[in-house]
Amino acid sequence: MKAVGRAWRFGDNIDTDAIIPARYLNTSDPQELAAHCMEDADPDFVKKVSKGDIIVAGANFGCGSSREHAPICIKAAGISCVIARSFARIFFRNSINIGLPIFECPEAVDDVEDGDKLEVHMGEGRIVNLTKGREYSAQPLSEEIQQIIADGGLVGHIRKRVQAGA
Amino acid sequence: MIARDRVVGMTLTEKILARHAGRDRVRPGDFVVAKVDLVLGNDITAPVAIKEFERMGAERVFDPDKIALVPDHFTPNKDIKSAEQVQLMRNFARKHGIMHFFELGEMGIEHCLLPEKGMIVPGDLVVGADSHTCTYGALGAFSTGVGSTDMAAAMATGELWFRVPETIKFVFNGRLGRWVGGKDLILYTIGKIGVDGARYKAMEFVGEAISSLSVEGRLTMANMAIEAGAKNGIFMPDEKVVEYLRGRTTRSYEMLTSDEDADYSQVFEFDAGDIEPQVALPHLPENSRPVKEVAGVPIDQVVIGSCTNGRIEDLRVAADILRGKRVARGIRCIVIPGTQAVYLQAVREGLVETFIEAGAVVSTPTCGPCLGGHMGVLAAGERAIATTNRNFVGRMGHPKSEVYLSGPAVAAASAVAGEIVSPEEVL
Repeated sequence: MKAVGRAWRFGDNIDTDAIIPARYLNTSDPQELAAHCMEDADPDFVKKVSKGDIIVAGANFGCGSSREHAPICIKAAGISCVIARSFARIFFRNSINIGLPIFECPEAVDDVEDGDKLEVHMGEGRIVNLTKGREYSAQPLSEEIQQIIADGGLVGHIRKRVQAGA
Repeated sequence: MIARDRVVGMTLTEKILARHAGRDRVRPGDFVVAKVDLVLGNDITAPVAIKEFERMGAERVFDPDKIALVPDHFTPNKDIKSAEQVQLMRNFARKHGIMHFFELGEMGIEHCLLPEKGMIVPGDLVVGADSHTCTYGALGAFSTGVGSTDMAAAMATGELWFRVPETIKFVFNGRLGRWVGGKDLILYTIGKIGVDGARYKAMEFVGEAISSLSVEGRLTMANMAIEAGAKNGIFMPDEKVVEYLRGRTTRSYEMLTSDEDADYSQVFEFDAGDIEPQVALPHLPENSRPVKEVAGVPIDQVVIGSCTNGRIEDLRVAADILRGKRVARGIRCIVIPGTQAVYLQAVREGLVETFIEAGAVVSTPTCGPCLGGHMGVLAAGERAIATTNRNFVGRMGHPKSEVYLSGPAVAAASAVAGEIVSPEEVL
């Protein structure tokens, strides 16, 4: 699996209230949530972003609330993956569970600038900066986790396994 | 075997995970599948979990008595969409015979309500689709926040996978000063280690000052373990916990504690006597400092309540300061008892009268303003001091509003002064 897109840079400690403010949590519809993705960090984010784009952020991305709406809205906004120095625990788990690829890669976070074009090879954890002509390596996702993401998340993954077994 | 097991002991967190995974021992970094004693969801997270549960093809919940559904965030329902979310929960509870669905009139803020109902005992393993589920560690349980998909899986199977966390030990020696409570200790701690200082780890709180702290004060501290990135916060159960649970539960439980030779990834020692009432500045809970350094910051609103500080002890502290005084002109002071029982107790003790006479308003239990939901949302440029747990950008309303965090004493004193002050300043 490969993702190609523009990098959108964010700082440290981007919390789930910045990713999807609680005032919009009276719905769980992914498209409605996506309309407000990253709104309190960058009010114009959803207007600017294109399908396949990549969020590159600092440490502790997704800290705060357990709301699964956070990775759901990022995925529904068309973001192909998130690269960060580190992720908050619940966000990390939720991202895998709903099928949003995420990579911890300090090397990329130190070098990538806003607007750089990136190519992410999911299986190998290889991140190519097409703008700068440089490469970074992240810990690749395990095969099991890649399969969960390919199946659209944990629920899709379980359903597929149950059906295969039946 | 026994002798070898004692070579390196286990922390309380490790012991609880091991028992629920059917293993003699676990080490940090181990992956285990563990049985859960309680699964929790609220009106934001449970609707997503219910949809995922149904999409999984699950037909029944693993045990209807071990699931709690608490509509507390946008209740009493603030709009049609919120009403529909609670309706979904209510229908799911009916369909699956879940008795612990707390309807308006019985409900309270989930993390105030469930301990009060005796639903958690020492040694339990609890997961909840709410990040502040870590609150129940105050009772000597392992308790952690998860997302909605994990909640759905736990409702269907009664178990979940966990990575056993490393434990950081925080020792609080000495005695607490006047007007210093659990909130001040935890804000101080987060200020020392940062909002990701305990990321993926367990925070264990011990020491003389912790032993002297009430169960309510411990619930306040455990509640904010997530604000340091922790997986869970945990306290050794003691006589105070036994006393707290008396009359609340008929379940038997064992008083597990950490072994003396347990392994810790880090140990911090603080002298509680050095810790002054704390305030955390916008926009992170780690921006904590003594209230004296923040004194004089003007405010528009004060919120006293939440899953962090919505218990009777918190309201008593606030009332002690507000009694016979007035909220400063132009300041909106909102008091929110955490549960119906807390509310009733506050009425009986005359606290509600004190609040109203002082010019504060008293609301029915709700998470409301803490997350900018309703019942006290801020406009651009407005500033609040709140006994809540998060001061992120836009947390209580407009992205250009600000939240300062404190305990109930500082919040109540600030309401009287119209600016952030130390409690001593208004007495």
